Amino acid sequence: MSHSSTAEMKVYRPPVVDIIEEGDELLEVAMGPHHPSTHGVFRMDVALDGERVIRLKPVFGYLHRNHEKIAEKASYLAAMPYTDRLDYFCSLTNNWAYALAVEKLAGIEVPERAEYIRVITAELTRIQNHASSIGFLMQEMGASGTPLMYAFREREKILDLFEELTGSRMMCNYMRFGGCRVELPTGWLAKAQTIVDGLPGFIDEIEALLTGNEILMARTQGMGVLKPDLAINAGVTGPMLRATGVNYDLRKVDHYGIYDRFKFRVPLGDHGDIFDRYMIRILEMRESVTILHQAIKDIPAGPIMDPKSKIRGFRPKPGEAYGRIEAPKGELGFYLISDGSGNPYRYRVRPPSLINLTILEDMCLGQNVADVVLIFGSVDIVLGEVDR
Amino acid sequence: MSLPSQLDQVFVLLQHWVAGLFPVWLQPFVATVLAVVGIVASFPAIFAVTTVLERKGLGRIQNRLGPNRVGPLGILQPVADGIKSLTKEDIVPFTADGLVHFLAPVVLVVAVFLGFAVLPIGRNMVLANMDAGLLFFFAIGASTELSVFMAGWSSRNKYSLLGAMRAVAQMISYEVPLLLSATVIVMMTGSLSTVKIVEAQGGFTGFLPHWYVFTPWGFAGFVLFVIAALAETNRSPFDLPEGESELVAGYFTEYSGFKFALFFLGEYLGMFSIAGFAITLFLGGWGAPFSFLGFVPSWGWFFLKLLGAIALFIWLRGTLPRLRQDQLMNFAWKFMLPMTLLNLVVAGAWRFMGEGPFGGVTRWLVCSAVLLAAYVLLGRVLMRHQKLGPRSYRYAE
Repeated sequence: MSHSSTAEMKVYRPPVVDIIEEGDELLEVAMGPHHPSTHGVFRMDVALDGERVIRLKPVFGYLHRNHEKIAEKASYLAAMPYTDRLDYFCSLTNNWAYALAVEKLAGIEVPERAEYIRVITAELTRIQNHASSIGFLMQEMGASGTPLMYAFREREKILDLFEELTGSRMMCNYMRFGGCRVELPTGWLAKAQTIVDGLPGFIDEIEALLTGNEILMARTQGMGVLKPDLAINAGVTGPMLRATGVNYDLRKVDHYGIYDRFKFRVPLGDHGDIFDRYMIRILEMRESVTILHQAIKDIPAGPIMDPKSKIRGFRPKPGEAYGRIEAPKGELGFYLISDGSGNPYRYRVRPPSLINLTILEDMCLGQNVADVVLIFGSVDIVLGEVDR
Repeated sequence: MSLPSQLDQVFVLLQHWVAGLFPVWLQPFVATVLAVVGIVASFPAIFAVTTVLERKGLGRIQNRLGPNRVGPLGILQPVADGIKSLTKEDIVPFTADGLVHFLAPVVLVVAVFLGFAVLPIGRNMVLANMDAGLLFFFAIGASTELSVFMAGWSSRNKYSLLGAMRAVAQMISYEVPLLLSATVIVMMTGSLSTVKIVEAQGGFTGFLPHWYVFTPWGFAGFVLFVIAALAETNRSPFDLPEGESELVAGYFTEYSGFKFALFFLGEYLGMFSIAGFAITLFLGGWGAPFSFLGFVPSWGWFFLKLLGAIALFIWLRGTLPRLRQDQLMNFAWKFMLPMTLLNLVVAGAWRFMGEGPFGGVTRWLVCSAVLLAAYVLLGRVLMRHQKLGPRSYRYAE
């Protein structure tokens, strides 16, 4: 660990072509598409000198499902359940981003109660996503599943809430243009309150298990460093970007929904390494808990759908709109062009997973092959969103 | 003979009785075969139990139940696993070196079984009471590296090769501290015989035993030995050679069916034998932990201690993340090696002071202080060099 800290770390970039021509022996390994730690079907073509990474080429598209074209052929509403399948860990935030884009396009108002429900479900989604992403990261570090199972225990509780509310644990399909699909079941808020009250204890527990661990520090500090300028140039968003120290959280920047009513802070890292990404996720979970407390306390009574919004025969006026939210993985945006018909003329997703993954090689060059797996895990992607 | 001592010697008496049924010229041979059968039968049985225990224990650590489908509480799981691995197709890669690929698991299991020959399982229960038993064990232990490399090389798989390279580098590096931490015991006992080492720890002060782990150098040696043993047996947090998330399964990626099961068996048997040696060297072998518990059979104590060691290994596996290759090497050469060398010096000083006027409390204090100071200093220096530590975070409103 000679190259430990931030600024003086030099990325090892040998002239790749020369090395091959000179006949030095590089070991080329195709990590994936069936490898235990690729989070699905993803391939990294890695060239190794010993165990040091000389080249890394990410190969994706194995999970391509023609999402965007299907949505262009379907009606606006029919695309909503497809958005669940983008980042299948966070279907509710996907729903929200798409609903937000359509609402912008058609100029639909959302009732206050629906906005609160959206915030509550989105923050719960963020917590379960961050918890399981930390769990997966530790799994890749060889922690034998213990942190992952701790995270999944909390995730189960939150998924039970989602199931009671939407009828499905992961493919929620809950939000509609101008509100939400169904009213909260009786006693749901009280249950949510109990679960939210238990969350700080869970975060303390997982921090006690992990944060002070010397092995974890040695594995993550100074590893996979991402510089702020590269992160901005590459369009990286979400916890990845905030770990580099850039203060960019769409909940604060865009004030979409009703986020300006809540008091919460945006944690920022200084090093941009794996440890910072881990800690930012922990701290964001804590901030989400404070948002949830406020939202559950303040939620008003009222309708959950704009009575004027049409479900059948929904034809927005010609125009274009881009709706974006701070999804757990970064900026999730939907770009829509309407030609006045019942289905979008153009439907485009800005997937945070894919864009955060583009700088994988820059973070991995010169690192050990064991760190490639960790760096990849710290990006926090879901292949359903990368390939669409 | 009283009942406790009969129970203590029940296996030895059984062996003599069965051997007595044969002609005199055959008796030594039969006695040896019986002892070998005993070891070859009992330790794989413990392996079967351990697989369930490990999966159950890990399950409990992780808020799961663990296996509970086969038999009551899932205790018949190893039977199902055994049938599965026996009936599975044995796939040999097309490009693999067939003979070496076949031999590698066999070599591993044979080498590991040989290690049990010098392990005293109970009073009068050692297969070969060699004068150089300790040396024999380490020599045999080193030959498992051969099988690991045979497996990695003959598979013609990149993951296997990387795993084998890691395994060999790791095992050779950790053999040095392993040997050096055991050398302390040889210095104090004056013998390489495992039986003599256990007997040297047999006395009691009051009701407390004279185990080597209850001395400063013995405690340090024990901790160092256990860490090196974890690395030597490729157990978490040193399970890099088979690091699942990185190298799929490491050097035995291309093994399936019963050959895979043999690797699994060899690995666990290696863990038992090295844990058995930790018990023999530092924890009084088959000796009772308190003088008033002497009525329990000696082999009972050995297996209880072994169970404790296995539980410790399972606990560590459920808690700790994995190190990286270079950190592993740094740890071996920069921390383990200096500490074991210092421990040798401290052990010498202990012996010397015991004969001089500074016996008793003084030598306890001096030896503990030296080891503790070295531990703290070395740890500080290494951590500072790597610029690791907790961090504070700022918030934007």
